[in-house]
This record gives sequence, C-alpha cells and structure tokens, in this order.
Amino acid sequence: MKSILIANRGEIAVRIAKTAKRLGYRTIAVYSAADAAAPQVGMADESILIGPADAADSYLSGTGIIDAAQHSGADMIHPGYGFLSENAAFAQSCSDAGLTFIGPAPRAIELMGDKAAARRRMQKAGVRCIPGYDGDAQSGDALAEAAIEIGYPVMIKAAAGGGGRGMRLVQDPQEFADALRLARAESISAFGSDRLILEKAIQRPRHVEMQIFADQHGNVLHLGERDCSVQRRHQKIIEEAPCPAMTDELRARMAATAIEAAQAISYVGAGTVEFLLDERGEFYFLEMNTRLQVEHPVTEMRTGLDLVEWQIDVARGERLPLAQEQVEFSGHAIEVRLYAEDPAQDFVPVTGRIHLWQEPRGDGVRVDSGIVAQQDVTPWYDPLLAKIVIHGSSRDEAVQRLNKALSRTVLFGPTTNRDFLLRVVNDARFSRGETTTAFIAESAYAVTSSDADTRLIDAAAALLHRDRTEQAMSASVRVAPELLHWSSSGPLSRITRLAERECVHELRVTALACGACEVNGNRVEIVQCDGHTARIRHDRELVEYVYLVRDDRLYIANSSETRSFGLPGRLPMGDVANAGGSVLAPMHGRVAQLCVSKGDTVATGDKLAVLEAMKMQHEIRAHVDGVIATLHCEQGAQIEANSSMLDIKTDPRNKQE
Amino acid sequence: MPVIQSKVKTDSADFRKNDEANRGLADGLRDVLERISEGGSERARQKHLSRGKLLPRDRVRRLVDPGSPFLEIGQLAAYGLYDNEVPSAGLIAGIGQVSGIDCVIVANDATVKGGTYYPLTVKKHLRAQEIAEKNGLPCVYLVDSGGAFLPKQDEVFPDRDHFGRIFYNQARMSALGIPQIAAVMGSCTAGGAYVPAMCDEAVIVKNQGTIFLGGPPLVKAATGEIVDAETLGGGNVHSRISGVTDYLADNDVDALERVREIVSNLNWKLDPPLALRESREPAYPADELYGVVSREFRFPYDTREVIARIVDASEFQEFKELYGPTLVCGFAHIFGYPVGIIANNGILFSESAQKGAHFIQLCNRRGIPIVFLQNIVGFMVGKKYEHGGIAKDGAKMVNAVATSTVPRFTVIIGGSFGAGNYAMCGRAYDPRLMWLWPNARISVMGGEQASLVLTTVQRDGKEARGEAWSEKEQKRYATRIRKQYEKQGHPYYASARLWDDGVIDPVDTRRVLGQAISASMNRPRDREGRHGIFRM
Repeated sequence: MKSILIANRGEIAVRIAKTAKRLGYRTIAVYSAADAAAPQVGMADESILIGPADAADSYLSGTGIIDAAQHSGADMIHPGYGFLSENAAFAQSCSDAGLTFIGPAPRAIELMGDKAAARRRMQKAGVRCIPGYDGDAQSGDALAEAAIEIGYPVMIKAAAGGGGRGMRLVQDPQEFADALRLARAESISAFGSDRLILEKAIQRPRHVEMQIFADQHGNVLHLGERDCSVQRRHQKIIEEAPCPAMTDELRARMAATAIEAAQAISYVGAGTVEFLLDERGEFYFLEMNTRLQVEHPVTEMRTGLDLVEWQIDVARGERLPLAQEQVEFSGHAIEVRLYAEDPAQDFVPVTGRIHLWQEPRGDGVRVDSGIVAQQDVTPWYDPLLAKIVIHGSSRDEAVQRLNKALSRTVLFGPTTNRDFLLRVVNDARFSRGETTTAFIAESAYAVTSSDADTRLIDAAAALLHRDRTEQAMSASVRVAPELLHWSSSGPLSRITRLAERECVHELRVTALACGACEVNGNRVEIVQCDGHTARIRHDRELVEYVYLVRDDRLYIANSSETRSFGLPGRLPMGDVANAGGSVLAPMHGRVAQLCVSKGDTVATGDKLAVLEAMKMQHEIRAHVDGVIATLHCEQGAQIEANSSMLDIKTDPRNKQE
Repeated sequence: MPVIQSKVKTDSADFRKNDEANRGLADGLRDVLERISEGGSERARQKHLSRGKLLPRDRVRRLVDPGSPFLEIGQLAAYGLYDNEVPSAGLIAGIGQVSGIDCVIVANDATVKGGTYYPLTVKKHLRAQEIAEKNGLPCVYLVDSGGAFLPKQDEVFPDRDHFGRIFYNQARMSALGIPQIAAVMGSCTAGGAYVPAMCDEAVIVKNQGTIFLGGPPLVKAATGEIVDAETLGGGNVHSRISGVTDYLADNDVDALERVREIVSNLNWKLDPPLALRESREPAYPADELYGVVSREFRFPYDTREVIARIVDASEFQEFKELYGPTLVCGFAHIFGYPVGIIANNGILFSESAQKGAHFIQLCNRRGIPIVFLQNIVGFMVGKKYEHGGIAKDGAKMVNAVATSTVPRFTVIIGGSFGAGNYAMCGRAYDPRLMWLWPNARISVMGGEQASLVLTTVQRDGKEARGEAWSEKEQKRYATRIRKQYEKQGHPYYASARLWDDGVIDPVDTRRVLGQAISASMNRPRDREGRHGIFRM
C-alpha cells in the first residue's frame, strides 16, 4: 500500500497528510470548488476537485470520493472527522471498492452512530448510562410522558445526532413541546431523521472522554482521558488532559469501562468513549465516537504518540505497537480551538477573507491549522480555523504557555474567538481547573470585552495616519522631510473616523514636531514600525501591536484584543442617492406592472415594477433590502421621470458603516 | 559651493536682546493667528457642527494629503477691520497638496457671518485665484456661503475686481487648463451659484449643499411659489435633474474624498525644468534668526546671516561680492531647488542697483526662481547721487524686476520703504507670493522722515501765507504723522488689507519658500520675454 486519499479538508486534512508523508505514503487530497486555494491542496502530492462548494456534493459525496480514489490509484482512505468519518455506508462502499477505510468496521460505526441503539448496547454490556428514553414511540405525548418519568431537567437529543445539533435542554415541562419541535426540526435538517431520544440532564457536569485504541487482533488499550468541559453551544472549545478532577482510581474505572465498551462491539481503530462526570464522581456513558477526535493532539502531546500513524498501521492489520503499561504520560496538555465566529453575537459563524494569519510559536506549542492568508472562510463548512495545542510540565505551566501563545496569535479578516479564549483562559475558575460544561453559559461576562482599551483606538488612529501619510508622500511630487506635517498656520490636525459596529469613533490626530502625535489629546509615539508590527509608546508604557489596513478596514491587535474598524471612505453614489430607499422612475412611462404591495419585504435585486416607455419594458428592481413602506403609483398609471414610484424602508441594522 | 561662515556671537548681549525682542514678536503673531483660526463665535461653530458639517479648517485638513504641508494665504485678512468680526475675512485660502498635487484651496467659513463676502473676502478670493493662475495650480472651492454681504454691496458688486471677477477668473483659468473643482457643502446662493456652475467638476453634499440663483424667500417674493431649499436646489435636484453638479456625496468627508478622486484623475504631471539637488538643511539653526535680526532698523546687521539660515547647507555662491556691496546677490538652493537670492545689506547705490539688474538678468536667462529678501530704507539721495544718475540705475533694476518672467518671491525681513520696495519686487511687481516678518515695516518712507518732510512742507506753506505755527503745534503735528505712519506701516495693518500674502514667523521662512517654490513649478516660468529699454 503506497497511497492514502484524505477525504476531508482544513486542518485535519493537513494534519493527516503530514503523518502520511512522514511515513512515506503518497498523499491525495480532495477539494471542493470553494477550497481551491486551501492549504490541503498544495500540501498533498496530488489533489482532485470533487465537486462544488456544497458539501453534500463534494466532501459528503461517497461515490465522488471513491471515484477520486480509484482514479488516483489510492489504496486507503482516511476520512478525518466529520463528513463521512462516521458513515457506515461509506465505510462499506470503500471496502466494496477494494479500498482500505482507515477506521472501524461499518457495523461498529452503525451501532454507535445510532445513539439510542448505542445506549441499549452499552446498558446490555453493563455500562452505566444516563437515565433516559430511547423508545420507538416518538409522538409528542409519548416523549413528554417519558420526560416526566425521567424527571426534569431533561435533554432532548437527535438519535442520529452529534456535534450539539438537535440538542435542547428543557428545565420545565411547560417548555417541552416547543423544545421538542425545535429539536425535531434541527434533527431533520441536520441528519435527515426525526428520531429523538431523551436523557436526564446532569447539571454542571464535566465532559470527560477516554481515548481508546484497538487493533484487529483483539488488543485494546486506552491513551488516557481528555476533559472537554469548556463548551459553548454544546460544542467543545478547550480540551485538556489530564482532567483536573481525575484521580487514579477514577481513571482506572473509567478506562476499564471504555475498554469494555469497545470490546463489547469488537471495536477496531481509534475511538473515544464520552462520559459525563458529575460532582460526586459518578460517570455516565454519553456516546462513543468511532473516529479520530478533533482534540486528539491533546493525547498526542501527553503521550508523544502519533495517533494517525497508529490508525494507518491498525488499518493495515498491524498490532498495536505498545502494551498498556508501555504507554507513558507526561505533563499537561491543553488545546484551544480558534473559530471564525463572533462571541458577542452568540458565537454565530463568521465568513470572509483571511488577510493576516500569525501562528504562535514557542516551547511546547503546536498549531494544527488549515488556513493561509488570502484564503476565504466560506459559509459552507465548519468555522474551525486552527487548534493551538500546548504542553507543559504542569497544568500551571501549560496554562501560562497557552496564555502567551494566544496573545501572540493574530488573525485579521473574519472575527475570531481569540480574545474570548484569552478571557476564558485568564478566568480564575479555569486557572483552578474548576470548569464544567455550564462554565461558559455561567460566565456571560466572558462573552464581551469588559472595558475596551481606548489606547488601542489611539494606536489605530496613529498608525492609520502614518500609513496614509506614507501613501500620500509616495504619490506626491516631492515633499522634503522638513516639510512633513508642517503648516504655516499652526499644527495640522486631522479628523479620523473609525467605525466599529454601531459606533463611530471620532479622533483628532495632531502631528507633533518631534514625530509623535496626539490623538484626542493623548500622546502616542510610534517607536518602531516594521511590516505589520508596531511598537507604540503611550505616555510611559510601550505596547506592541499588530495591524493591517485592507479594503477600507483597519485591523489591529494587542496581546489581548483584536479589533477591526471600518474606514469610512466614499460610498457608492447609488447608495448615497438612494439611501432613503426612494425608488424613482428612470423615465416617463406607464406602470405596466406593479409587483409589490405595501408591507412586502424585498431584497436587493427583486423586481418591483415594470415601466413601459418608448415601447420598451423597463424592469425596476430594488436597490436595497427592506420593506415596502409607501406606493406612490398604481398599475396602469402614467408616471413622470424622476418622480418617486415607491419607498423602501431599509433596516437600519443593515446600513453600511 | 562656498558655505557662509556665520560671524554672529550667539552668546553676546546683543544677540540675546535681539532674540528676546524677535521671539516676543513671533509669539505675539502665533497668539493672533491661533485666535483667528478659531473662526466664528463658539455659538456659530456649535450650530455648524450640529448640522453634521465639519468646521472649515477641518474640511481643508481632511482634503489635503495627510502629512503634507499647508501654506495658508492671507490669514490676517480683515484683522482689525469690520469691528474685528470677520476673522480671515471669513475665507480660508492656501496651497495644499491633494492626491499628490499642489492645489489652491478656497474654503468659505460659514461660522463667520454665514460665509458672506465682505470687500476683503472678495479681494482674498481673487488673490487666491491669482496665485492659482500665476502658478498654474488647480483650484478647489469648498463652498458654504450666503453670497455677497449685502450691506456693503457697493464695495463688493459693481467694480472690476469685485464679486463677478471670481467667475471671470474661473472661466479664464478653465480655458488655460487650470482645473476648477467645487464641493458644495452648504449654501451657494445667487452669484455664488456660479462657483460650482463655472467649475469643471462639482460635488454636492446631500441634504446640506444647495445651489440656487434665488433662495426660497426670493422665489416666494418674485413668483409666489412656495418651495423648500432642498426641493429648490438640493443635492438630488442638481445631481439628478438639473445637472449643475456631477457627484452626489453623503456628507462632508464623503464629498472631500470625491474631490480627492477628481484631483487624482487630472492627469497632472510635473516636470520642473530645473536642475534639482538633494535637499539639505542649513548649517545653522533657523531659530538663531531671532538673535541675528536687529531689534531696531537703526542697528545694521549682515544679511548673509539670514541667507545662511534659509538656504540648503548654507551654501551661497555670491555674485560680485566686492562690487555694490549694499546689495547681496548670489546663487543657492532651497529644498534642492536652485534659486537666485537678492538681499539688501544697506542703502541702494547706483552700483548695487546695476548689479541687481545684472543678476536678475542672469536668473531670468537661466530660468532660476528669484527670492528677494527686502530690508531697504531706500535709494541714496543727495546731489552727488542724483548727478551720478541713481534714478536711471534704480530704473534699470526696477525694469529688470518688472520684466523678468521667472517665479519671484519676496520676503520683507525689515523695512520696506520708497522706491526700494519697487526694485526689490514689492507687491506692485507681482511676486508669485510675498510675506512679511513680524518686525517688518512698510510705507512710502519711514515715520520719522515723513513727519519731518510733512512738517517742513506744512511750515513752508504757512510761512508763505504769513500764518503763524507754534512750536507746540508743530510738534503735535509731527507726532500725529509719525504715529499714523507707524500704525499703517505695521505688518498686521498691511496683511489685514492683503497687501501681501501673510505675516510669517522668521523660522518658517525656509519652509514657506520651499513650499512656494515647489508649488510654482506647476508653471515654472513664462517664456523669457524682452526687458524694457535700459536707460544707459
């Protein structure tokens, strides 16, 4: 076997390719039309376009990927995580096509993929599960009744689910019906199944999972646990090992349970058994993931092993290279996930072009990323950008290193959760290792920046002024340095406006003779400026910033905050003219057709009316998004040029900065 | 090139006294300019800001390239006039760089009497246009004005150099290929409506700029039509219906950004026909000028000490150093531009005037700009000198100045009296730009001489008529004349009436000249013409 096709994208595709190449395999990447510039493409020995941006027709298209594998002469397929990694039918198709699927057998995937079936199987094997309901009666009434029997609070979950989607926590029986409807709708849209299960909600538990590995010869071992309690919207953002609440005795019990679970289904390959650990030290089986986890580097950092290498070897039928007692654990490892998302807007995913990406470096720092500058973060896939994994001899050292690494991580373009992660990492409860799955929800303060640093805005204005000056001077005829910033009528000051969300900062920048400047009266001195990095003195303190001006936007970050400001430039004239939303008749004519009524919602480009003039039919289209507020004409009426046909009330939130 | 060796003793009592006096004058100037820069009253400014407008100085600063120098013109206009209520004559004018190109910027200050045109406002606007035309600089008008100041209509409307001349100039400059650009950022009423209309390209700010020949009150009076300003002549009307403006802007900043774009597309290229050098700072610090320059005209000093603190590396190739030594002539560079410098170093004699005429011819033939540093009490008088033909020698220099076609710049660094003013390129000789130092004095003769001359004439007249004139009355008369001359000869008095382009701090002289020479390169020289007949 000499080649591996990687049926995935982003950081995991890059990560798998690294190991495969190290082991001497030829690597084949696949990519969708949206990922032509993604690093996985350049990283592999060969890359194959497998379809359009929509994952359903590319990364989720089993036949397309198998075609690609056969066409490129691949022997093995590594599915990564997500996409087809837990798709039993795909695993089956691979083996039918004579390709080695790097993962467990289809039967194991299928069994663990159905959460209800998995629970039943685990209960049968004597593994303790959370009290719940996984019956076939799926009517609202039946589920409501079951919920009462389990006892509130309960969790509604998609039977086919994972990744937090289709999950709803219900505190009160009165909320049940609504929550059920939403959970069902999500389940259908995400997994194509309306089947739900119920579980008793364990309040403020830790999420602890056990990494297990099994070969085709009946050997099973564990590689320790990971604590993934820090979650937002039921999705992990920080994972660490060992679990701060773990004892040797508890670890032994949990590992034994996990191994039993794997053995019960004759599991092969890398797997993760997830548990909830309650405050009394009791743990319950949650689910088993039959693939490599996102957070597997935490285990790799602690054990020094390469889990992808093990996966490949196991798939080839080799024995596990180590026995349980040979597995060595050292120190503490923590992973944080850098997402393109906006913590201030309930973590909604954010898209856009990455203008600048600076990975942190340092002792014990590993970065798994699948991004490069100038790449677009598209709405098509998971917004995970990179994982920053830290190792330290102790948890304190790891946390300290993580803090430093995060403060040196810079991404300009889409909003990321970097600042949010920094605030979490600096939280006293996190430092003490006291996090539960409720931690983020309980720490609403951590979502938004508490007190914005005005010095950062001063620095932004000073840097912008410097950039603009350099630009102007390079375009100008000839200005001697002695004449820079000089005016025959007193110091030159200039108003700069920086737009940020709803507010516009108005800043007066005055150049001082000594080369420094004043921003709204605060002295700011750019001591050094080298590419994107600037060292700035505010009064006595020297602060380092990274900044970038691109596409009418200024991005700036210090060690704890990343902000971006719109630079109000000139607006498209059409926007200026039509800002009120008034639609004018382009010429004299007859309103042949009026396509909208008062109160209709219209989007830019929607047809509003047809004007007949000079034997031609002119379509009048909406130039803004909004609601039809007033109609000034009616169908069949003659209308004069430049008279208002109708008014569109625009949504002020959509207004451009 | 030879470097001027300064002989000034900076630790001498004389230097210290000069320094103290001249710094005092510069500080006084700064205070006055600072006050003037505020524009209209606090109330007027707040009202202006509350409409979402930028203050006029902020408009100018937002228009020019960040970091680029700005040379203001006529800042002291109307100082002490019109009850001191019209700072800068309600108009900001200057040379600034827009999108890399030097432009003349004229911005109405609506916080001063609604931006209306007083007689001196008109004069200043015309002077700014003249500078633009002479130096070939694109004009940007930031319009926000209620038009002519009606109570003074007889001083702003009918004459040749009155309001109508603004549009005459616009048309002529446009014809000469000097771009005319306007941003209508407020009212633009009656005659003012022609400013954007006469422009090559015009921007208007939506819901803020208005252009009409007659405003709503006049329309109602004339035709009975009731219409609001925006409907009558707002941004949408002129950008969409009338076509008076070409670009519609959302606000002040947007409008200024559009003007910058317009300028960036002028296809403007500078190719100065001068042998440029690398700019080097003078070997002596500029602020030593305060100690160099005499605190009183009576105490002479070597004008080379001033030159040494203005020109590149203090290098000066002096022409005819030993001949006619009361006029110092020579070649130097300022910010790398070659210049000829003509500076007074005492009273003008025949030899010095001939030398000056010769040197002007050299510069004119070679296309080198000339800088005049004026500190002149006058030409020598007396029988010997009249017989020697000082009038015809002075005439040669005046002739050479008047007919030379290279850019000329004048700085009055001391006295400017009598015919010396003419020979040294006073206002009447059309220097491209002209400034005064705060210690300068300008009048037909000094106050002392004037009181003596006039008292003598008066007394002779009275004596001829047999009238008595007491000693006491004679003294009172003489004092009155002296005081009048001192008042009218003061640089602020001069600058308020726009007899020059501004009063500058001596330490800024090099920069002012550099900026001016650089701007003049948009029209480096006219064709070398003939000189008049030199009377031999």
